[in-house]
Amino acid sequence: MTKAMTGARMVVQALKDQGVEVIFGYPGGAVLPIYDEIFQQNDIRHILVRHEQGAVHMAEGYARSTGKPGVVLVTSGPGATNAVTGLTDALLDSIPLVVLSGQVPTFMIGTDGFQEADTVGITRPCTKMNWLVKDTEKLSETIHQAFHVATQGRPGPVLIDIPKDVQFATGTYTPREKIKATHYQPKVKGDIDQITRLVEMMETAERPLFYTGGGVINSGPAASQLLREMVEATGFPITSTLMGLGSYPASGKAWLGMLGMHGLYEANLAMHGCDLMINVGARFDDRITGRIKDFSPHSKKAHIDIDPSSINKVIRVDVPIVGDVGHVLEDMLRLWKARGRKVNKEGLAKWWAQINEWRAVNCLDFKNSEKTIKPQYALQRLEALTKGMDRYITTEVGQHQMWAAQFLGFEDPNRWMTSGGLGTMGYGLPASIGVQVAHPDALVINVAGEASWLMNMQEMGTAMQFRTPVKQFILNNERLGMVRQWQELLHGERYSHSWSESLPDFVKLAEAFGCKGIKCSDPKDLDDAIMDMIRYPGPVIFDCLVEKHENCFPMIPSGKPHNEMLLGEDDTQGVIGAKGAVLV
Amino acid sequence: MSPLNIKKGSSSHSAYDLRDPNSPLEETHTLAVLVANESGVLARVIGLFSGRGYNIDSLTVAEVDHEGHRSRITIVTRGTPAVIEQIKAQLARMVPVHDVHDLTAEGPAVQRELALFKVAGKGESRIEALRLAEIFRANVVDSTLESFVFEITGTPEKIDAFGDLMRPLGLREMARTGVAALSRGA
Ligand SMILES: Cc1ncc(C[n+]2csc(CCOP(=O)(O)OP(=O)(O)O)c2C)c(N)n1
Ligand SMILES: [Mg+2]
Repeated sequence: MTKAMTGARMVVQALKDQGVEVIFGYPGGAVLPIYDEIFQQNDIRHILVRHEQGAVHMAEGYARSTGKPGVVLVTSGPGATNAVTGLTDALLDSIPLVVLSGQVPTFMIGTDGFQEADTVGITRPCTKMNWLVKDTEKLSETIHQAFHVATQGRPGPVLIDIPKDVQFATGTYTPREKIKATHYQPKVKGDIDQITRLVEMMETAERPLFYTGGGVINSGPAASQLLREMVEATGFPITSTLMGLGSYPASGKAWLGMLGMHGLYEANLAMHGCDLMINVGARFDDRITGRIKDFSPHSKKAHIDIDPSSINKVIRVDVPIVGDVGHVLEDMLRLWKARGRKVNKEGLAKWWAQINEWRAVNCLDFKNSEKTIKPQYALQRLEALTKGMDRYITTEVGQHQMWAAQFLGFEDPNRWMTSGGLGTMGYGLPASIGVQVAHPDALVINVAGEASWLMNMQEMGTAMQFRTPVKQFILNNERLGMVRQWQELLHGERYSHSWSESLPDFVKLAEAFGCKGIKCSDPKDLDDAIMDMIRYPGPVIFDCLVEKHENCFPMIPSGKPHNEMLLGEDDTQGVIGAKGAVLV
Repeated sequence: MSPLNIKKGSSSHSAYDLRDPNSPLEETHTLAVLVANESGVLARVIGLFSGRGYNIDSLTVAEVDHEGHRSRITIVTRGTPAVIEQIKAQLARMVPVHDVHDLTAEGPAVQRELALFKVAGKGESRIEALRLAEIFRANVVDSTLESFVFEITGTPEKIDAFGDLMRPLGLREMARTGVAALSRGA
């Protein structure tokens, strides 16, 4: 069923063929023919953003909360360059996106035409793959291939640059099922010999630990299910990176909490002390490993990852398993059961006793106050008041992000969207809109810092226009809190440009956008204020004035190993040496 | 096929290899990378090297299969064993890359490079240059009364050696193609 049509129509047709329901975009001269086609149909919803960066983060939020690829449409030149931060963010966090950009007509490429930019050149290092389509005949095939590449293997963002004349010209549309198979078919099944080796190690390990990451979530809900089954059956403890929260439930018995630079004491010490580390879809990021030389010195390490280049990149492992987390977990579980469900019971009992001692330290303890709202307290209350609800959380980047990861509990995958790899301030607000677009009836909360939130606050206009009742829960410390914390610990308390001055009145700002503003500064009022926010049927900007100089603990200072963690203010004197200070 | 998209048994330096990964010793490896012959692919491969701080000592590229739209990129690179492993894994996972071969690790390979040398001089040194060219089986492809252009093919080491000899004899300019390489045997 190949049909002749214009390139612009092909774009819309191909998106429909791919099952796309919504795209996030912003028009301009070089994409007018596509916008004309969008106007003439009703199957695909278009969300008009206020800035292209917002469009990409919205698509990320949409993708991470649904497991489907997010789709973005931007114009040439500035439209495309505005998308670059979002593309890089998606690349580092392995989020499947298909970004379509307009380009000047083919005969003008290279002439410095109006709104011409070398979009494929600029986006090459921040996409998994990109294409400049110069021939309408190749357009539909390229779009279908783009969806394949974005979603198969390790997911990631792809971009298709479409010159305006290619959009106007007529060509033959190739439907999705007629596309010839591409050679890009990453392997999903793990090597059974390696899996067997791992299972053997699991049977005898005295101090085993699951260290899981975003790969479990990317692999799909079945992978999380298998992981839960495996953890329950073996009784091994489990920790996760920032990106993997929710794959194992926070209420689960074996849950140690998040690990890493601001991870929990018990999780980090378990990483340091384990004798078998089973990395499932995580990538030994530097926020996790701390000083490489002293990283988990006594463990055998297994690493399951769909991307072979992640294996042995920073940490040498003993059992490398290249494959999709879901497939590998299935084989592992089957094999382990078939061999008699063996574990080292005695060792495990001792290991848990040790872990429970670490847990008793109660590392998230903080000094609460009757007068000011402590950010940790605000999140504890938010957690308590929203726990059983159909809830999705996004965050910005900074201290509030780390506190959210520590104090909110996630029972399911795809419920937690945060910028982990790139650490992009300005991610959370648009991401929350993208999530809400996908889940119109859910409670979607962006836990924000005031500074990050301002970076993409224009998207409140989008939230209003498309009636997405997103809740912006701003922990306002009037500081670039995370920067301030580092300056306190590393730069002799010289607070160079790390405070937020001339902040807007957030309640008035909410009114200006036409939504609801709430301000709260007294811990006694907090519960009622949070309930007001939840009950309000539209978008809310919640200005939660919190303690200004609170530090985020635990903290593993840069360049330190896991067992040299700071637990509170008393530990912080002169801890970070000159060597650590050069690290970020 | 191994997960690295390298033929089974073809590489003793795969991700499963347990040589001392922390060996500080740098090795030189010749990689043959088969890619889709599409615009931007070479830029993507080169961008990988510059973006991640890997070395390129030599790089050649040309279409080798017109029908199948395949180009072969031959890269000579340097790094510790761990870095070489990373380079191969990073190349292999790129969408337009069909195959990566580590010719250095896969057993004996032939390596050839073509170079042109312009040597100017008179009298004794001119005769000496011609004599050495004969020993090295270099061809004279251009000559004036005061200069020669020699064409020479061989391993990079042979070309280096020829260049060293020509330098005192009036070497003016040199152009090298970079290495082309194939594994020996069928
Ligand atoms: C786009 C961008 N610019 C700069 C930074 C560096 N940075 C990391 S956290 C932070 C401060 C964030 O302040 P705020 O949003 O108020 O959060 P807080 O730490 O106070 O909770 C900065 C500037 C960044 N992560 N992203
Ligand atoms: Mg702040």
